[in-house]
Formats: sequence, C-alpha cells, structure tokens
Amino acid sequence: MQCQECEERQATLHFSQTINGEKKEIHVCEKCAKDKGYVTYPGEDMHTLHNLLAGLFNFDQESMKPTAQHEKLTLKKDLECPECSMTFTQFKKVGKFGCATCYETFSSHLDPIFRRVHSGNTKHNGKIPKRKGSNLHTKKQIETYKEQLQELIKREEFEEAAVIRDKIRALQADKEAGEES
Amino acid sequence: MRLEDFMNKSISSWMREEGPHSDIVLSSRIRLARNFSDETFPMLASEEQLERIRETIETNYGNQTFQSYKNFSYVSMSDLTAVGKSVLIEKHLISPHLIKKQKRGSGVLISENEQVSMMVNEEDHLRIQLYFPGFQLHEALKEANAVDDWIESKIDYAFDETKGYLTACPTNVGTGMRASVMMHLPALTITKQLNRMVPAINQLGLVVRGIYGEGSGAVGNVFQISNQITLGKSETDIVEDLNSVVHQLVERERHTRSELMNNSKIQVEDRVFRSYGVLEHSRLIGSQEASTCISNVRLGIDLGIIKDVSQNILNELMVLTQPGCLQQYAKSALKPHERDQLRADIIRERLQLEN
Ligand SMILES: [Zn+2]
Ligand SMILES: [Zn+2]
Repeated sequence: MQCQECEERQATLHFSQTINGEKKEIHVCEKCAKDKGYVTYPGEDMHTLHNLLAGLFNFDQESMKPTAQHEKLTLKKDLECPECSMTFTQFKKVGKFGCATCYETFSSHLDPIFRRVHSGNTKHNGKIPKRKGSNLHTKKQIETYKEQLQELIKREEFEEAAVIRDKIRALQADKEAGEES
Repeated sequence: MRLEDFMNKSISSWMREEGPHSDIVLSSRIRLARNFSDETFPMLASEEQLERIRETIETNYGNQTFQSYKNFSYVSMSDLTAVGKSVLIEKHLISPHLIKKQKRGSGVLISENEQVSMMVNEEDHLRIQLYFPGFQLHEALKEANAVDDWIESKIDYAFDETKGYLTACPTNVGTGMRASVMMHLPALTITKQLNRMVPAINQLGLVVRGIYGEGSGAVGNVFQISNQITLGKSETDIVEDLNSVVHQLVERERHTRSELMNNSKIQVEDRVFRSYGVLEHSRLIGSQEASTCISNVRLGIDLGIIKDVSQNILNELMVLTQPGCLQQYAKSALKPHERDQLRADIIRERLQLEN
C-alpha cells in the first residue's frame, strides 16, 4: 500500500485515529509519520519552543529547494488568506497566523502542526465562550437531532420523526432569535 | 523617597499576601490569549485596527471595577519612559515582547492591586493575566474564567468549534491558556535533583524554566513550571496535571530540605550565614550575586536558621533589585556599577527595616 501523505513510499504504519469525531484509517510511511506529526519518537527534543517551531517547519523546506520544478509546484500550491493576505509559505516562515481566517484558509495543512505542538491533539476540548457558546450548544444539539431524524425516517417511524422535527424547528427558532439580538 | 514608600509603590499588593505553601511556591498565574473575531492579529493589523482595539478596551474596561478587582487603569506604552517600561516587565505586568515589538495602540490594563493585567496588542489582541500569592492554581483559574467572561460580555472573541480560541501562534490555540507557578527550589537545585526530574516533567506536557536575571542562566533558584499543551485538554485538566506535579515538587523540596538539615546542618548554616553577611555588609553587589544570596537567606528563614526576618524578603528584593526598579528609585539612568552600589544600599536598608 502506498503512503497517503507522500504518495511515493510504501506505507509501513497503519492505524486509525479519531479526528473531529470521525474515525479515519491512516496509512503512512515512516518518514511521513514522523514529519507530519503522527508519531513522536522518544528522545526527540520537543521541549523548547524554539526546537519545536524549528522542527515544525523544516519538513517542508526540503520540498522547497529552489529547483525550477519545485518552485513551480510551491507557487501553484501556495494558499493565500483572503482576509489578511498571508500565504502558507509566509506562515511557515514566521510561525504565526495573520488572522483568524488563516486557520480556515490553511486548514488542510494544519493538523500535522497541531499534532506536533500539542502531543497529538487537533481538537479543542475546553472552554466555550458564553455568548458564542450558547449558539454552539444549540447547533450541536440540532445536528444530533438531525441524525436521529434520518434514522427514524429510514425506519419509517414517522410519528417519532415528527416529534424530533418539531424539536429541531424550535431550536432553530431559538438560534435565529439569539443571532439577531 | 523613603525606601518604605518606594516599596509600597513597587511591590504589588497581592504579592505581600501569604498564600498556601508560600515557603516554596511564590506565585500562581493563569494567562489567557484572546483575539477579537473580526480584526487582523496585531502582527499584520493596520494602525486603524490597532487603535480600534485599544479604544474598545480602554473605553469599555478602563476605570471599571470587576468584583474584587478595582479601578482598572489603562497605561499606553507610548506614554512610558524606558525605565517605566522596565519596571512593568520586572513586576511581570507586561512581557518584554510588548516592548520589543511595540505596536501602535499597545498598552496594558491593570487592576489597582495589580493582580489582574491585560496586555493590549501584544502578539494577540488581548493577553489576560491573573496572579495569586502562593500555590492557588484552581482559584486562579476560577477567577481568570470570571474575568474572561466579563471581557467577553462586550467583545466577540475569535473562536472556532474545533480549534477553540484562535491565537496568533499555533502553540496557544485551543484554550489559549498558560498556567504557571513560580517555585523557590534551593534544596532540589543544590542536590542537583531538579535536573534529573526535568525530563519526566516534560513528558507530562509541562515545561520548567529558570528565571533569568541580567546575565544568563537560572538565578536565585527560582523556577517557573507551566503547561506546554493548549489544544485537546480542558483548562481544568491542564491545571489538574500541573497541580499534581507542583505538589510532588513541593513534597520533594521539603523532604530534601529536612534531609540537608539532618545530614549537613553545618554546611547549610554556613551557606546561609555567609550570604546573610554579604547582604548585610556589601557596598557593591551585582544582580546575580544578590539573587543567589537572597535565595540562601530565604532558605535560612524557611529552615528557622535566620529568625526575625520576614519570608516576603525574597519576593520583595527580587523585584526591588532589578535594573529598572533601581533606576526608578534613583530617578535617573544608572551605569552598571552605580546600579551595583544602589542595589547594595537598598538591600542593607531593607534588612534594617526588619530590626
Ligand atoms: Zn510518505
Ligand atoms: Zn489571515
């Protein structure tokens, strides 16, 4: 099996990981496992911020060697934040985001970085701000109900489904009222 | 100005209070990194944006009181002299970063007792920080959450469902929280045990740092222990983990202190009294030597070798003998040898206040 990260080498490490509530099969080669932060090896100096950041960003430096071919590839791939105009290349150089939207813009490249910095973690598990949070809680509840609704419809339990549908409507009305205030 | 009056001004009032385990834990701190949802982070923000952020904070929270934190006052970095800035750094009310990368609209909002401070337009729009005397991480977290809610009542934070609080640096994303304690660990340092414990502490996602003085290297046997991970763990779990490590360090330090007293009493006494002598009699003293001696004297106080000197002397002199503070006391810029002289004077005078 081919490594899903580099699509070059043979995948030698196979495991599943629950990322953002979704179970995913991971097949990677040893190099990518290390470089993309899937695993950390004991003895690796992860302790000073400096080493951490240096370690974080040098994995892509190799693929950015100034050969014409690579340059083209980098240019084509470089993402740019629509809000603050920071590019992914700049981000890797500075090690800081330009704005909150950068997180969205670079999202497909960030998890390896987060995994390395935060011991394998990619998902927030802490405080939710009060005002923003009340909507977030509602949103999560609506999602759960919607899944239940699909399930009930599949099983043709329409009476139950109607109850859940009304609950969703009520929550949606709450949510909209909350957003307006 | 009399030294007593100067001390009253220079030592934050929270620092004078005694906290739990204050023979070993000097202070507990929680810092939260927060950003406005619709503004570019300070590094790339326009001057207008930076000013807008400053204004929002200054008008909504300046001159306000929140629970026991009274009369927040806003201090703009552009209004301060170099010495004034150093003093704020030495009192840990602002970071060196705020000065080094000084932006338009950068400043700090400080509560009257200096327990709460909020840096504006540092690396993030807001860095909320609370200090507690002694070992009180849980209390600090509870209070930090309350202050955070108060700020959030008028500001939309940059927050993402899966990534949490969005910060300029990927090392702060998630909770945006850094919990830390300052510990005085002379026995673990003398016996070289701390070095051996550091890797195990790192394994738990915690970092140990020496407190740096004018030179380099850990001075005064004071160390800061803090969390490295901010994503994937809840605030309570982070504090819980730090708490248990600090507890173990406190136990170890106490145990080692009593072992030292049992096995090498005369050597410990010699070390303590020599340092006490230096502080009482020197006429020129550098910050490195001062820190070492102050640490030894504080150990002597904790072990009952030196009586009639208050425990607080370490916290106080650590701040008072820093270059910025000395120059504020002198009301002029001082050359290094002038600082060494004034430092020795202040220490002698401070010790006399005890008698
Ligand atoms: Zn690969
Ligand atoms: Zn951006």
